[in-house]
Amino acid sequence: MTEQSSIPKAPTRQIFEGLKVCDFTWVGVGPQIGRELAEHGATVIRFESHRRPDSLRYAFPYRDFIPGVDRSAFGMAYNTQKFSLSVDLSMPRGIEIAKRAIMWADVVGESFAAGSMKKLGLDYDTVVQWNPDIIYYSTCQMGQYGPHSTYGAYGMFGVAIGGFSQVTGYQDQPPNLLFNNHSDFIAPFYIITSVVAALLYRKRTGKGMYIDAGQAECGATFLSPSILDYLANGRIAERTGNRDPYHAPCGAFPCRGLDRWISIEVTSDEEWRAFCAAVGHPEWRDDPRFATLPARKQNEDELEALIADWTGDYTDYQVMAMMQEAGVPAGVVQTCEDLFADPQLKERQHYRFLEHKVIGTMAFNAPAYQLSKTPNYIWKSAPCLGEDNEYVFKDVLGYSDDDIADLLIDGTITTEADVGEFKSLL
Amino acid sequence: MTRHDTLMEGCRVLDLAEDGCCLAGKILGDMGADVIKIEPPGGSPTRNKGPFHKDIPDPERSLFWFATNLHKRGITLNLETAEGRAIFKRLVEASDIVIEGFAPGYMEGLGLGYRDLERVNPGVVMTSITPFGQSGPYAHYKGSDIVGVAMGGMQRLFGDPDRAPVRISQPEFFLFGGLHGALGSLMAFYHREMSGEGQHVDVSCQQGIVLALMITSEIWDILHINYRGRAIEMMSIRPPDAPPLRLPLVWPCKDGYVLFMIGGGELGAARSSKNMVELANEHGYALELTDYDWIGSWDTRTMDQEQFDRVMNPIAEFMLTQTKMELFEAAARPDKEFRLAPMNTVKDVLEFPQFLHRGFFVQVEHPELGETLTYPGFPIKMWGPGQEPVAPYRVQRRAPLLGEHNSEVYEKRLGMSPEELVLLKNHGVI
Repeated sequence: MTEQSSIPKAPTRQIFEGLKVCDFTWVGVGPQIGRELAEHGATVIRFESHRRPDSLRYAFPYRDFIPGVDRSAFGMAYNTQKFSLSVDLSMPRGIEIAKRAIMWADVVGESFAAGSMKKLGLDYDTVVQWNPDIIYYSTCQMGQYGPHSTYGAYGMFGVAIGGFSQVTGYQDQPPNLLFNNHSDFIAPFYIITSVVAALLYRKRTGKGMYIDAGQAECGATFLSPSILDYLANGRIAERTGNRDPYHAPCGAFPCRGLDRWISIEVTSDEEWRAFCAAVGHPEWRDDPRFATLPARKQNEDELEALIADWTGDYTDYQVMAMMQEAGVPAGVVQTCEDLFADPQLKERQHYRFLEHKVIGTMAFNAPAYQLSKTPNYIWKSAPCLGEDNEYVFKDVLGYSDDDIADLLIDGTITTEADVGEFKSLL
Repeated sequence: MTRHDTLMEGCRVLDLAEDGCCLAGKILGDMGADVIKIEPPGGSPTRNKGPFHKDIPDPERSLFWFATNLHKRGITLNLETAEGRAIFKRLVEASDIVIEGFAPGYMEGLGLGYRDLERVNPGVVMTSITPFGQSGPYAHYKGSDIVGVAMGGMQRLFGDPDRAPVRISQPEFFLFGGLHGALGSLMAFYHREMSGEGQHVDVSCQQGIVLALMITSEIWDILHINYRGRAIEMMSIRPPDAPPLRLPLVWPCKDGYVLFMIGGGELGAARSSKNMVELANEHGYALELTDYDWIGSWDTRTMDQEQFDRVMNPIAEFMLTQTKMELFEAAARPDKEFRLAPMNTVKDVLEFPQFLHRGFFVQVEHPELGETLTYPGFPIKMWGPGQEPVAPYRVQRRAPLLGEHNSEVYEKRLGMSPEELVLLKNHGVI
C-alpha cells in the first residue's frame, strides 16, 4: 500500500502536475495514453478488477514462464506511475466509486469494445452530466460507430485491415504477420496528442469533449503516400522485400556470426561513390552495371551478391562503423538483446529499470522525446493489481476506513483473481 | 477571414523538417495549428521523394510531399545567409513552435540553436527530430528508412528465418519521428501555455521505433529470448524444454489472404475458435471439430505440431472457399465474432466499409493538376454533449507549391514591401 508521504517530489516541475485522470483502459493502446500523462506528473488512477483482469496481465512473457496476474511483463509495460484500484464495476457500489472518481477527474479514458461503457452507465453522455467539462477519450480498433464498430481485435488485425501486412515481406511470400501490432504503437501517440490539445482547448473555451479514435485508421494514415499512389497512378503497393524503388543498394546483408545482418541504403550518387571506396571497389563507381541508379536497379541481384560477399568478412558493427565513417547510411539489424546494449539508447536512458514487486527488476521504455526543462520523472513501477487501493480510496477519493471495510466485505473491492488456470494467449 | 473552431487555434508553427518528419507539422495542422513550411530557395529535398503524381518526377508532384505537408503554407528562405537568418529570427519572434530536423549542431552553427531562439522568444518551443537524437555516440550517424528500422529492432521482427529480416516496404522510420515530434512539441507547448516557459524537445526516431516493438524488448528483458520474424508464423514463446511449435496466422482464402488466430485455453480465444468452427460447419466444413473442447484440450505451452495441424487444417480448407470480405463480415458479427482480419491492399483500404462510413477519407483539390485527390483524414473524431461537433477536422489547404506564400507571409506577417521581396530574391535569400 502506498502512503501519500512516500510519493517523491520530482526534481523539476512536471507538466501535468495537478491533472487528474481516471483510467478505465485495458490491453495495448488505451493504457499507453494514461501512462504518458502519468509519467509527466498527472495523478492517474487505473480501474481494474480481479474478476475481469486486463487480458494483458494474462499474456506472455511471464516471469519464469509462470502465468499470474502480476507476473506478465505485457500487463505492466504501459502502466508505470499509475495507481491501481481493484473494483468490480458490475456491482452497484462499484459504479458509485467510479462516479466519485469521474467527478474528481479532469480526464477519463476507456478502451473497451464500443458500447461497453454505455452498458455500465459510464458512457460520455452519462458522465458529462456529473462533470460537464470532462475530457473523455475512447479508443477501440474500429471507432465508436459504423457497421464494424463492435469488431474488437488485437493490433495485428488492425494492421491487416489498415494495409500494412500486405506490404510487408518478400515478393514471393504471402503478406507477413506484423507481430508487433504495429498500429497499436501509432494510435496511442495520435490520441495523447489530441488529449493534450483538448486540454488546451478546454483552457481556452471552458469546454470539454469526447474523443473517439479508431486504431486501424490511425495506422492507415502512415500509408497515405501509397494510398495517393493508387489513386493517382493506379498502382497497388506490394511487398518489395528490403528493396526501395528510388535507392540502390538498399537491403540487409549477411555478416560474420549466426543470423547477423547489416542494413545499408545508398541514397545519393555521392553516397554511392563513398560506398564504393569504403568496400575497396572504387572501380564499381564507373562500372556500367552500377554507375547510375537505373543501372543499379537493373543489376540489383548482382550488386547485392557482390555486397554480401564483402560484408560476410566483417561483423555487423564493423560494417556499420566503416559505412558511417564514409558517410553512408548503415545500421545493424539489431536484436532486442542488442538494443539493451546499444550505447545510443543507453545514453538516452531509453530503458529505465524499476523494481516490480513480483517480476523483479524490469525495463520500461522512455518516451522518444526529451524535454529540456521539464524532463519526465518516474519513480513508480507498474502496479500489481489493486496495489494502491488504500491510498486511492483514502487519500484521493476520501473514503473512510469503515467504508473501505464494507466495500471489501461485499466484494466491491476485489482481492483475489478467480479466473481459473490460464493456459495460452493464442 | 472566417475563424474556425479548432483545437489548436492561434498556435503558430515554423516547420523546417524533411522526409517523414514533415508529419509532425502535418499533425499539428490536422488540429488547426497555423503551420508555415520553410524551404531552401531550391526547394525541399522531400519534394524529390516518390511516388509522383502520374509518375512524373516533378517537385510539384511528389505524393509523399502532398501527404506529409497538407495544411501548411510554404515560404522559401536561405538560412545560410545573414539576411535569411535575421528574417528567420523575426518569424520565430511571432511563433510558438519551431520544428527542425537538421544534423545535430547545424542550427547552433548558424546561430539558430535553441539558446539563440530562446533569446528572441523566451516562450518558443523548439523541436529537433533526428534519427538518433541530439547527443550520444550515434547522434551523427546517418539514418535512412531501412537503417532506422534495423537499428530500432523492428526489421528483426519481420521476414523469413532463412533469409534476411525485412522492413515494411513503405516508409516508417521518419514518420515515427514525425509522430513523436508532434507529441513532444505539443507536450512542451502545453507547458508553455501553463507557465510561459519554452523549451527544447529532442526527438529520436530510433526510440520511436523501439516503442513500437510491442512486447519483444520485455521478452528479452525477462526471459532472454530474442524474437525473430517468421514470415506468416508467430514465434512460439515456450519454456526451453518444449519443442518449437510453428504457429501460422496468415492463411490463403479465395481472393487473397486473411489473418486468422486460432486459440483456446481461455474464454475469449475459445469463444472465437468455436464461432469460426460453427461458421465452417454451416458450410459443411470442419465437422470433426464441432464438439472440440477449446478450453480443456488446447494449450500452446505443451501441444505438439501434429495436434495443432489436426485442428487447424479443416479450418484452413474452409477459408479457401470464402473471400476475405465474406470471412471478415462473418467475423465481425456481434456475438459471433472470431479473430480474423482481411489482408487489405491499399485499394481495399479505400473501399473498406467502416472507414467509408466514418468519413475517414477527405477530398483535397489540386487545381494545378486539375484534379481532386482523396486523402486519409484525421483519425480522431471529437464531439461534445448531445453530439454537438467540437473543433471539427478540416483540411486547411493542400501542400504548398514552392514559395507559394512568400508574399503573404513576408508582407502580411513581417510587413515587408514587394520591393524588399524582389531584393531578397535577387540576393538568393528567398
